Amino acid sequence: MLCLELAWRFIIARKRPMLLSLSGIVFGVAFFVLTQAQTSGFEQFFIRTILGTNGAIRISDQFQDNVGTVEKVDQDGKVEFLFHSREDSLYREGVDQPALIYEALKDYPEIMGVSEIIEGNGVLNTGSRKSSIEIKGIRWVDHAQASDLISQIIDGSIDEFAADQMAVLLGSRISQRLNLKVGDRVRLIGGTGNLHLRVSGIFETGVSQIDKNRIYLHMGTARSFLGRFSGGSVFQVALKNPNRAPAIAQQLQNVLNHRAVSWQEREKVWLDVFKALRVSSGITVSCILLLSGLGIFNVFAILVIEKTRDIAILRSIGFSPQDVSAIFLWQGAILLSAGVFVGSLFGYAGTFLISVIPLRIRGIFSTDNFVVNWDLDHYLMAATIALFFVSFATWIPARRASKVEPAKIIRETL
Amino acid sequence: MDLNGGNHPVSDSLRVENLCHSFVDAGTSVDVLKGVSLEARSSEITSIAGPSGCGKSTLLYLMGLLDRPCSGKIFMNDVEVQDLNDIDRTRARNKSIGFVFQFHFLIKELTALENVRLPLLKSGTDRSTADEKSIALLNDLGLKNKSHRPAYKLSGGEQQRVAIARSLANSPKYLLADEPTGNLDSKNSDGVFELLLQMAQSLNLSVVLVTHNEKLAGRADRRFIMKDGLILA
Repeated sequence: MLCLELAWRFIIARKRPMLLSLSGIVFGVAFFVLTQAQTSGFEQFFIRTILGTNGAIRISDQFQDNVGTVEKVDQDGKVEFLFHSREDSLYREGVDQPALIYEALKDYPEIMGVSEIIEGNGVLNTGSRKSSIEIKGIRWVDHAQASDLISQIIDGSIDEFAADQMAVLLGSRISQRLNLKVGDRVRLIGGTGNLHLRVSGIFETGVSQIDKNRIYLHMGTARSFLGRFSGGSVFQVALKNPNRAPAIAQQLQNVLNHRAVSWQEREKVWLDVFKALRVSSGITVSCILLLSGLGIFNVFAILVIEKTRDIAILRSIGFSPQDVSAIFLWQGAILLSAGVFVGSLFGYAGTFLISVIPLRIRGIFSTDNFVVNWDLDHYLMAATIALFFVSFATWIPARRASKVEPAKIIRETL
Repeated sequence: MDLNGGNHPVSDSLRVENLCHSFVDAGTSVDVLKGVSLEARSSEITSIAGPSGCGKSTLLYLMGLLDRPCSGKIFMNDVEVQDLNDIDRTRARNKSIGFVFQFHFLIKELTALENVRLPLLKSGTDRSTADEKSIALLNDLGLKNKSHRPAYKLSGGEQQRVAIARSLANSPKYLLADEPTGNLDSKNSDGVFELLLQMAQSLNLSVVLVTHNEKLAGRADRRFIMKDGLILA
């Protein structure tokens, strides 16, 4: 505690250089938190939307192995052979025996919801405008459990959809493009002919690609329109823990003999883009912390030179080299703690301010505000990076201080 | 290490035998001490005088375990101490040795009281006892109302008295003073010397005084004169 007390006294005796050093840490931590909150905010928004719209796992085509690899596994004296393949498999479109697959998936403990979907394409025609769309035929009760569809409906309701077999749910961008409102009639062209549908709801996921292309129909209506009266469907699966999707997808694929793709694999391109953005901004902002570390190094290096005589006198009255070193390390620790604390407060306040800035984006995402992610990990990461730079910046001068030879310094002072 | 004597007879003397030391200066080895032997006894002031560069300060730092001799022996309470490890040397400096230098060497960020109590707190004395003892020492040295004043706001004589109080805080057995009056006027010099004399007698201290001042050196109980790294008399 004596070393801590001396460290504190040395700091408050040098307010200006110490405040400069402190401000470097404060701004570094605050900017780190801010940039991470923004970049990961959009990433989390994307992930939430994708999970809520397309589920954690998609089970599609059945495959037959043509060429593969055989692995021999010895376990408790038993010998098993595992066959691995996918790339070299022969796929058959759609899920075979959907009812059986559905029942099997429902019993899987980590699965929260399963929805069978029939997919196809068509053109919506209002008379004055046309738009190509993707059709998703669903059983709404199942789909509501495997997605956030109900909460994504911004106009109309799922009840209206449920009540009418000829009802359609439109993506918000389709409704804008075709100028359609709830209750309007619209013609679906393609497949086996024409269907006259009634708009029962408009949904918005926030991901433009979905909102401007997707419509939902009842399963029976979609099958009839697409002329696929059995089979050919896919499954959308929601998980209790979406982070386990890759492992569970692998298990399902092995057990069901159908292609199962996790959301991480499905959205790899976008996730890689977000990761690159996050790492890039992290590196950029870490440079601020690096610069503040250099500033602290400079201040402490000068301080050690200034305090050489005091170090010698402390040594002469019984302070060990480790004690001397501790005095300087404590100074670094005080600056670090104060910097991380104040920087985190600024980062928190800044993140809040940014989250309320009106920002209309209609590109990859649809949002009216900056999307931010409140994550404790950002603060811990900022603190860790600051700890790394500040430790390094104080450790070298502290080590130098501990190596001061008292007799030499006192002799040279006289 | 037991500098209090252990099974040895308690003499509280500080003794050096055939002490040699050299520095490397600009690539050349310079012999500063060439076999110095002397003894400083308790309750006495031992003065070491001599011209600049004769090695008297170096001898003092070796006796105070601030440096290691090239050869020779140092005894504290008849215990050989020149080869002690760094931890024991640090402990001995804290508990058994007090230093006073020409320039007071106070820590300017601290008050007089805080400077004096530093060795006490370092030795593990609790804060209230350390404060009590430090204030008593400052009072004894005539700094009754100045204990809470920042060190840099004290006069030269006052600062030197604070430095003496600090050197005595842990009740050391040996007080090593390197030109303690070198930076003071004659009145303050006499005052400091009287103080050292009084402390040596009342606290049974072995005081080693390195000085240029022949008048003060002459008043010591034991006198040594050094020249070119050797004791002349």
